[in-house]
Parts: sequence; structure tokens; C-alpha cells
Amino acid sequence: MSISFDTQPPQLTGIGFLRWIWRQLTSMRTALVLLLLLAVASIPGSIFPQRSQSPLQVNEYYGTNPSLAKWLDALSLFNVYSSAWFSAIYILLFISLIGCVLPRTWEHFKMARALPPMTPKNLERLEEFIEVRTGLSQTQTLDKAVAELKRRRYRIRKLSDSVGAEKGFIRESGNLLFHLSLILLLVGVAFGSLGGMRADVIVSEGETFTNVATSYDSLNTGSLFSIDDLPPFSIKVEKFTAKYDIVTSAPLDYTLNAKVIDYPGATPRDEIVKVNAPLTFGDTRVYLQANGYSPIVTVRNKEGAVVLRGAIPFLPQDGNLTSIGAIKVPDMQPQIGFVAKFLPTAERTKEAGGFSSYPEPLKPLLDLAAWSGDLGLDSGIPQSVYRINTEKLTQIGLAALKPGDRWELPGGVGSITFDGLAPWVNLQVVRDPGKAYSLAGAVLILIGLLVSLFGRRHRIWVRVSENGGDTIAHIAGLTRSPGLDNEIKTLAATLRSEVGNEGHAHPTEGSE
Amino acid sequence: MSKSDWAFLSNDLIYAAMAVCALAFIIFAYELAWSIRVGEEKTTISRRSKVLRIAQSLTILYFLILVVAVFARAVSAGRVPWGNMYEFSITGTLAFTFAYLVASIKFDVQWLGILISFASLLTLGTAITLLYVPSAPLVPALKSTWLVIHVSAAIISGGVFLLANCIAGAYLILERIEQKNEGARPGWALRLPKLESLDQLSYRLVALVFPLWTFSIIAGAIWAEAAWGRYWGWDPKETWAFITWVGYAAYLHARVTAGWKGRRAAWLCLIAGSTFLFNYVYVNIWGTGKHTYSGL
Repeated sequence: MSISFDTQPPQLTGIGFLRWIWRQLTSMRTALVLLLLLAVASIPGSIFPQRSQSPLQVNEYYGTNPSLAKWLDALSLFNVYSSAWFSAIYILLFISLIGCVLPRTWEHFKMARALPPMTPKNLERLEEFIEVRTGLSQTQTLDKAVAELKRRRYRIRKLSDSVGAEKGFIRESGNLLFHLSLILLLVGVAFGSLGGMRADVIVSEGETFTNVATSYDSLNTGSLFSIDDLPPFSIKVEKFTAKYDIVTSAPLDYTLNAKVIDYPGATPRDEIVKVNAPLTFGDTRVYLQANGYSPIVTVRNKEGAVVLRGAIPFLPQDGNLTSIGAIKVPDMQPQIGFVAKFLPTAERTKEAGGFSSYPEPLKPLLDLAAWSGDLGLDSGIPQSVYRINTEKLTQIGLAALKPGDRWELPGGVGSITFDGLAPWVNLQVVRDPGKAYSLAGAVLILIGLLVSLFGRRHRIWVRVSENGGDTIAHIAGLTRSPGLDNEIKTLAATLRSEVGNEGHAHPTEGSE
Repeated sequence: MSKSDWAFLSNDLIYAAMAVCALAFIIFAYELAWSIRVGEEKTTISRRSKVLRIAQSLTILYFLILVVAVFARAVSAGRVPWGNMYEFSITGTLAFTFAYLVASIKFDVQWLGILISFASLLTLGTAITLLYVPSAPLVPALKSTWLVIHVSAAIISGGVFLLANCIAGAYLILERIEQKNEGARPGWALRLPKLESLDQLSYRLVALVFPLWTFSIIAGAIWAEAAWGRYWGWDPKETWAFITWVGYAAYLHARVTAGWKGRRAAWLCLIAGSTFLFNYVYVNIWGTGKHTYSGL
């Protein structure tokens, strides 16, 4: 590209300099460069793992390349799309866009009410030019041209010896609509991320989720979001069914049967939630995002009193739902933790150890490693619920339990029973108050694009002169769209006299 | 017929289409070699156009076989035939060939046949040997009407973008040849359209299909909102679809408002097109993200 910002900054201070900056920023060339820059800037986000999408992979990257990761992080390459430099590009682009489009919209508005331009002196120099003899008087010819151009929906400026005509304002209208809608789309995106929220919660079958901030496992909110915006619904996970392909273990269907209460005291209603069919509560939607198993266990202390009972969600590791988890029992002396693996359909080989060969619980098995000591739950450092840091613990035994099995822990410290299992679902609660604007923006973008690409803009002039008994019409035009040659040819055909034009007689055709 | 019968029929027809396509390619190549040797002399033009007609008929034939093959694949899987990369490849070849055949009704593009048949052969061959997966139902996230709308729009746009790229590529090659020969063309290239028409044609194809690509991205966003809880998440596939969109938007902008033409425009067209190919190949095979289950 031969981009020459040949306009040197003028020797001006204050307002003059600002005006110069503004003119540079809102020039079409700058807009194009910024647009391309935005495309290039979004590439690294598809190469490096992004925190917003896969935080675990970012951690992994830190594990394998700690020194490089630090540099990448300093350049925001793990948060490309929320980084300062990415934001800078699109904010500049949109300022440029607004500065470019608003004055053009005003110009266009004025132009739409103006008459077509005056007829140029030398029509024969324009890109399309035809000369015809009309066989009519000058006035008749002009009237005929005006009538024909009006029929074709041209706007007309009639002069004494010529006609100027113009059509295709819709092309520029489409163009402006396209650019204005881009701004609307961005407003929708901004509104959605400022006033929106996104939260995740794992709910085991049989449990009820109430939509309050404390229920969530994780919660992200926009800066304008208020906790009072949360709709007061609750969802009971009645039954979750997953179907799998027997040969490939590929999932075929996930169905969640839920009982939904819109607000405390409302009549419960039955709903079915699927992957492509979320629940909707106004701006807030609830999605079925993931699923797994929660083994149900009971832990007793040495006196035989129950210290822990419940369904504990485990994290799936593969397509056959080999799952890992942690059972933490802080209310024992000393504290006990189980590093656990759950296999819905258990298999064992020497090389791979225990693994699951099918995602449905055909032969469930719970592998446990019991550890004793300080679990570190009071240290204040947040821990993963799926993992136990065993640094300060000692292993006291290993066991593999089938449903119904009870394991008396070594040393007589207590026991654990594997009572059964329940599937869990990950419900994602999302509020996006801007998406209606984004959608409207996107649809208008498409309409504007179609109009600006396929609308045709033509200018045509006809000058009529009388020359020794002959009436000669000069027809010419200007365009940026295809089809002008045809417009002019057909106009010429209408004006051309049937007799004696260009020296050729057409005896078979009748004259007017 | 059982579902597996349909799947086998589809595979056999893919091989049949490849055979016919190879034949078409050989005849296109023969015709080109002939014209390079003898030049554009009058005596040979009618006989050569006969050869060209044979090659074009073979192109139509392999297109028709491919239609049945893709249809059989759809019947065997009980759904639209674009659930994985193998199926994108065969349906994409169909779209690409279709774009060429439709374009050849209105425009003088038969000389592109050699490129079209070669690209089709390459894509089908890669698909059935490297990308092949048995016909299977869809995973839950793909079970949506939007699969039909979003992916078909993307495949058709891709087919036309690639056709426009072939023409832009041909423009650059011919321009270089003309420059070497001081504006003149060697005999075999006389039949090819003028540089200006190539330039115009690739522009018109891009302008024609750019709104469809825009629509495909919007449809994908609407679907993502229903399936993943957000309409845009900078998933690698989304990011590259956006980059392609920006690339072609810049191309159209440069042509319409900045008056770009010829070499610079052709290069920009090729760059935008290669981001599309990169998205298809790299992101499907090596990429991560939410679109990966639709990959291999």
C-alpha cells in the first residue's frame, strides 16, 4: 500500500493541532488501516490459550514455559480481546467511523433534496456517450427524454436545452446504514458486557438451585450489573438423561427434566432443557453446559457418627467420563481427605491402570486413596474442590469400592460407604441485556450491505440541439455501478427516430 | 436400503466422481498443452473447442455424481451432510464446482476448468483418505436447525470465495506473463479473458457472496447464543471467520472507495481467501475451541 500521510502536522498548537489529528483519524485511509490492524491484532488470541475460554490451558502454559508465559502475560497475550492494545484499536476504529459517517450522513441528507448536477459542457468526454437523430423538435425530444427518465424513476433537472437525471441514492443510503449499524452492534456488545453477568453452578440430580449470588460456583458481572437484577427463579434438577452411541461412546442426546419456579410462591412448572434449548427468564437464560457424576458417600468417625453425607461432584477427564474428585472431611481428628477416581464402567489394564470404557454407569467403581493430616482448608488460600494438596498429608490406605461397599479405614479412624451415584449438570446462568441491540445491528448491517452492493447509482444527461433541420440528442452518463451502458442504449433507442437515423432507413417500421 | 448401504454407496460414488474428475483434468490439461504448442491458429480453434466441450461435460458429470454421493451420505447419517470435516470437504467441493458451472453460463471462465478439476480432485482425495470418518449421528450441540442454515451458507460462501481467488491468482500470473512480453500474450493465453475482465470478475464474485458470508457469521452467532450462552466468544473459528470478513470488507472498500484495481486488489483478495483456507484447515485440525467437535 502506498500510504503517504503527506500532510505534515502544521505548525499549529492547540485547536489547530487537534483539528489536524481529527482529520487524520477520520480519513478513510486511517479507517481502512485500523480495520486491517484489528484483523491482525485478533490473530494471537487464536494462537495462545485465552483466560476467558480455557484458563486451565493458560495454567498449563505457565507450567511448561514459565519464563515465556510471564512475557506473554505482560503483553496481555492471554487476554487479547480485553487487552488495552486491542481495545485501543477498536475504539480508534469506531471514533474514526463515527467521524467519517456522521458528516457523510448529513451530506447525504442534503444531497437527497438537491437537484441533479448541471449538464457538463462536453458530454462526449464521459464514459458512455451516444449521439442519435430524433426526428422530433428540440422541445418534443426533451419532453420525451424527461418522460422516459421519469418512468425509470430518475430525479430530473430540466434546463433549456438539456436534461440532467440522477438515481441510486439508495446505494449511499445502504452504505451509511451499514456503517451506522456497525456502531449499533458495538453499542449492543458494550451494553451487554457492562450490564450482563455470567455464572456457573453444578447441581446434582435431586438438588434444587436457587438463583441468588451465593448459589454460584463462579460469578462474573459487568460493572453496571447489580445483584438485584437477578431474577428470583429456582430450578430443581429432577432427572438428567444422557444417551450415548454404543460403539463410539459419542453423546447422542442430553435431556434435563427440571421443575422451575419463577419466583418464590409461584406455581412450579415442568420444563425440558437441552443443549440447544436453554430456559429463558427475560434477559437471563440458563444453559445446560456440561455433565458428570457425583458419587454419593457417607463418612463416619471412629464412634460411628456420620460426619459427611452427600453427592460430591467429580470432574470428567475423557469422553467415557473417567472422573477425578476429592472428598474432604475436615470434621475428623485428624482431618481425612480422599483423593478419588470414579469409573462409570470400570476397566483395568497393567499399562493404563483404572479407566472407564463407557460413559454410562454399567460397572461403577470408586477408587480411593485416603490421606490423613491437615487439609489446609483454614489457611485462607482458595482450593480446588476436585483436588487435594497432599504435601502435608500422609497416605493411610487405598481401596476400590462398588456401590454399597463400606471401607473401614486403617487405624480404626472411621469408615466410608459408597452409597450410589447421581448425575450432575453444569447450569450456566447468563444475562445479556445488549443482545437485542446487537441482533438488530447485525440484521441492519446485512440490509445495508445488500443495498450498498447491489443498488445502482447512475447520472445521465441528455442535450438536444437543432442542426440544419436535424434534431440531435447527445446522451452521456457517469456511474460507479454496472449497467449504465444499457440504460443509455435503451434511452437512445427510445429517442432515436425510426426514419433516417444514422443514414439507415428502416422501411419495415412505421413512423410516429 | 439400510443406512450402511447408503454409506457404502456414497463412498463408491466419491471414488467414481474422482475418476471422472481426473479424466476431466487430463482433458483440460491436454487442451491447454495443445494450445501452448500450436498457438491460437484458426484451424485448431473449432477442434479445440470440441475438446473443451468434452472436458466441460465431464465436469458436469462428476458434479452430478457428487450430488448423489453427498445425498447418499446425508441419507446414511440421517441429517444434513455437514457434520464433520470429511463431509465439509465433499460438500464444499460440490459448492465450489457448482459455483464454477453457474459462473460458466454467464461468464467466460471455462479456461479455469483445469484449476477447478485439479482442486476438486485434491480435496476429494484428501477427504476420503485422510479425513474419512464413518457416517454417524450428530453430537447434541450440533442438533439444531441452525446447522443447516449456518453451515450451508458458510460452505457456499467458501466455494465462491475460492473461485474468486482462483481468478485473482490467474490475474497475477497472466499479468506477469504480459509484463515479460511487453504487453503481448503468448499464443495459448490469447483465448483467456482480458486482464480487466478477470479483475472485474473476481470483484463481482466477492461482492456477490460477501453478504452471504456476513449472513453465515450472523447465523452462527445466533446459534452460539442458543447453544453456548454467548453470541460471540472469540473462539478460534470465530476469530478467523472475523478475520476473513475484515479481509474481504477491506478488499471491497479498497475497490469501491479507494479505487484499487489490478495487482494490489488481487493480492488483497488472495490474502483474504487464504485466511478462509487457514480457518478451514488449521483451526479444524490443530486448533482448540468450541468448534473442534465439528472438525475431524
